[in-house]
Amino acid sequence: MLQTYIFAAVMKNIRNFCIIAHIDHGKSTLADRLLEHTHTIGVRDMMNQVLDDMDLEREKGITIKSHAIQINYPYKGEEYILNLIDTPGHVDFSYEVSRALAACEGALLLVDASQGIQAQTISNLYLAIDNDLEIIPVINKIDMDGAQIPEVTDQIVDLIGCKPEDILLASGKSGIGIDEILEAIVSRIPAPQGSYDAPLQALIFDSVFNSFRGIIVYYRILNGILKKGDKIRFVASGMDYFADEVGVLKLTMTPKEEMKAGDVGYIITGIKVAKEVKVGDTITLANNPGKMIHGFEEVKPMVFAGIYPVETDDFEELRDCMDKLQLNDASLTFELETSQALGFGFRCGFLGLLHMEIIQERLEREFDQTVITTVPNVGFYAYTSKGDKLSVNNPSEMPDPTKLDRIEEPFIRAQIISMPDYIGNIMTLCLGKRGILINQTYLTPTRVELTFEMPLTEIVFDFYDKLKSQTRGYASFDYSPIGYREADIVKMDILLNNEKVDALSALIHRSRAQEFGRKLCEKLKELLTKQQFQIAIQAAIGAKVIARENISAMRKDVTAKCYGGDISRKRKLLEKQKEGKKRMKQIGNVEVPQEAFLAVLKLD
Amino acid sequence: MIAAIAKEAEWRKDYLNEKVETIYFGGGTPSLLSISDLRLMIEKLKELFFFDENAEISLEANPDDITEEKLIEWKAIGINRLSIGIQSFNDVDLQWMNRAHNAQHAIECLKLATKYFNNITIDLIYGSPTLTDEQWKKNVEFAISFNIPHISCYALTVEPKTALDKLIIQQKKENIDVDKQAKHFESLMQWMKEVGYEHYEISNFAKPNYRSKHNSSYWKGLPYLGLGPSAHSFNGSSRQWNIANNALYIQSIENGDLNFEKEELTASQQLNEYIMTSLRTIEGINFLDDRWLMTDDKTKSKIILSAKKWEANGNVVLNEKILRLTDKGRFLADGIAADLFQL
Repeated sequence: MLQTYIFAAVMKNIRNFCIIAHIDHGKSTLADRLLEHTHTIGVRDMMNQVLDDMDLEREKGITIKSHAIQINYPYKGEEYILNLIDTPGHVDFSYEVSRALAACEGALLLVDASQGIQAQTISNLYLAIDNDLEIIPVINKIDMDGAQIPEVTDQIVDLIGCKPEDILLASGKSGIGIDEILEAIVSRIPAPQGSYDAPLQALIFDSVFNSFRGIIVYYRILNGILKKGDKIRFVASGMDYFADEVGVLKLTMTPKEEMKAGDVGYIITGIKVAKEVKVGDTITLANNPGKMIHGFEEVKPMVFAGIYPVETDDFEELRDCMDKLQLNDASLTFELETSQALGFGFRCGFLGLLHMEIIQERLEREFDQTVITTVPNVGFYAYTSKGDKLSVNNPSEMPDPTKLDRIEEPFIRAQIISMPDYIGNIMTLCLGKRGILINQTYLTPTRVELTFEMPLTEIVFDFYDKLKSQTRGYASFDYSPIGYREADIVKMDILLNNEKVDALSALIHRSRAQEFGRKLCEKLKELLTKQQFQIAIQAAIGAKVIARENISAMRKDVTAKCYGGDISRKRKLLEKQKEGKKRMKQIGNVEVPQEAFLAVLKLD
Repeated sequence: MIAAIAKEAEWRKDYLNEKVETIYFGGGTPSLLSISDLRLMIEKLKELFFFDENAEISLEANPDDITEEKLIEWKAIGINRLSIGIQSFNDVDLQWMNRAHNAQHAIECLKLATKYFNNITIDLIYGSPTLTDEQWKKNVEFAISFNIPHISCYALTVEPKTALDKLIIQQKKENIDVDKQAKHFESLMQWMKEVGYEHYEISNFAKPNYRSKHNSSYWKGLPYLGLGPSAHSFNGSSRQWNIANNALYIQSIENGDLNFEKEELTASQQLNEYIMTSLRTIEGINFLDDRWLMTDDKTKSKIILSAKKWEANGNVVLNEKILRLTDKGRFLADGIAADLFQL
């Protein structure tokens, strides 16, 4: 016990690091190997990809929330503590990535030997370099067919200016190079620096919700000492708590009496609501407060959509589920919203489209809720002629055009890395999405980086899919917000037999409205079933109809034969039909199936 | 097969408690059966069940199986109603539907059949891509000219996964035009009314006293016993159906253990079946029918409320005694029934 205490106190034997990699470049497998090799976990009791412990994460092959784990590693007669901090692998979560990086002194830059460097990797690499992290480049999957080690080596050398011999070769799958990586972590990544005597400053890089213990906060201590029982304060939120339990993150949580500068660990304070814990906030002591750690930001939602229960009666249940979901996902925001078409629901803010999909799937899987998600939109600013600035996160909030001075939309800087063959296609795609080319750089002769400034709203719907198909998958993409710019945004409504369907309204650039309206009308024609009367589907801006489709009246809805052997089968068929109709929404006299509300996401 | 069916009949002779009023040999091609087999079946059934002396005994026959000799024999063993699958009197149409007979066959067999039987029904199919409006009219006129007292007219239906369905998907055959079917149906209703046929069920037309007793009992919810592979039986509260595969059916009989599936109908399922079948008939839902009377008031008023909507757009007739489809509503019968269903 005493030995552990002394051992934990030695900062020079601690290494805090993370792994930067593109999706599928083998981060989780490599992490598993590191844990196995150091006997942090046994082979048998380990599920593949230990760090990704949400079902959804394992299925989507990405890490949604970051986690951390402590590895004990003996090297040249000394015991080292290696804290591996896992980072989310999707652009929606880039702020969280930046905080995880800020908790480290070094990073493994993991690059797939056959795929080379991708845009996501580069943007995270830049974040790491900004945070002064020591980069250890690793080429992974070197034993795969199609591995191009010399080419990828050149890419890495060009990118970070290292020497070719600094690059490690590995295969997480077969265990090649694991020893070398562990040695490099100890010998190349600097030990943490900090003072035990300075006021406590611990950087929060993540939190998880545990239904028995409340919110568990993950942090890295930069300065000072945190003891069990201390009265602590979160600097940004200004809230005080007691440290009921502190400890380190082994495969399970291991309580300690105290945590010191350089350590990575957890704290339990009885907080019940994830919103109180902000990633990037600083933990300090209430009686001897330290300063805020640089780099904290309030996370702002980028994409908004309505979430409604399919059955209007289920609203209260959905509210409970949203509350519970927010307990462990502080980046989800929502407020009450009503729709004529869908009844009571919530206007939700998400970090991005992936985040939106995740929330929707978690509602369905973990909470057994069937929901309708409405047309997503980005957040706009509307300036009225009186000079007021309004935040518009919902088509219904858009002021009347006569009262509008101007509208601003969020812009992003988009980085796309691909092969020179696809430059033409990428240019066509991005310029068609109102993009402006800012820069074009050859990283290597076969790898080009294009930088565009684009409206965020243009990438919300189908940009990823289009980019993939235009480059046969040989492109990677990343973006960061760069502020708001004036734009000609209009509200487009959909009408069914002259009844406005508020849940299908969209905020869209005027130049795109007609095409969008036409496609949406066509899609709705496909999704609405014939009814006893003709249905007119119209897209309109204000009173001006910009697209129209008709669905002719149903002329025949009867089976020819209904004799002894047909009755059971036919009754079941009609009962199923009736069941299906119960799930439809009535708009005026038109019955609208749920899929119609999602139509907008499925446009070509 | 005949032996197996006879065996099944023996095992299940207590399934029906009432007097048997109809027998129907159908499903597949019973007209292929030898006379001795048919005779054996009828004798067996008469031995096992208590028959009404005026029982309707129908036989389904393909035009190409019909000969004068067979007609005489069928009559001799007690068959008193023939159902003939004419489908069309047009060769192009018959070929498109992949039928074995041609128009000439159809005509000759009707000439013969009417010599020996007066209770005859024929099937006609409308709305195929090859059937023009004029030819449809001719088909119906032809049938009427033979003085056939009962005609079943079916809109051509493409069942999923059939050969026809595949050909249509591969665009080797033209798809069904629903508007044309609706048009054929509307004309049909008009013509049949003019010549005195009663449109007593969506696809069935009869001269007075020539309704199919057998099929009417399905729509009245009366019990029935079905023998042979895939045959359905109903005892008023449960329905069961034998395994469809011929070989497995025979095997199960040989093993002494009939292979069938069975479902008990809940009250709402029974009500739904009543709605579905009776809406197809000219009588519609009769508010004095037991099956309506045993329904609770709340459910009844829900159904009536839904029906009002259909009354408003002219698809049903609703008064204090009945709820039935109008001519306009008949082609929407399924959607209306589903709408009135109670889950």
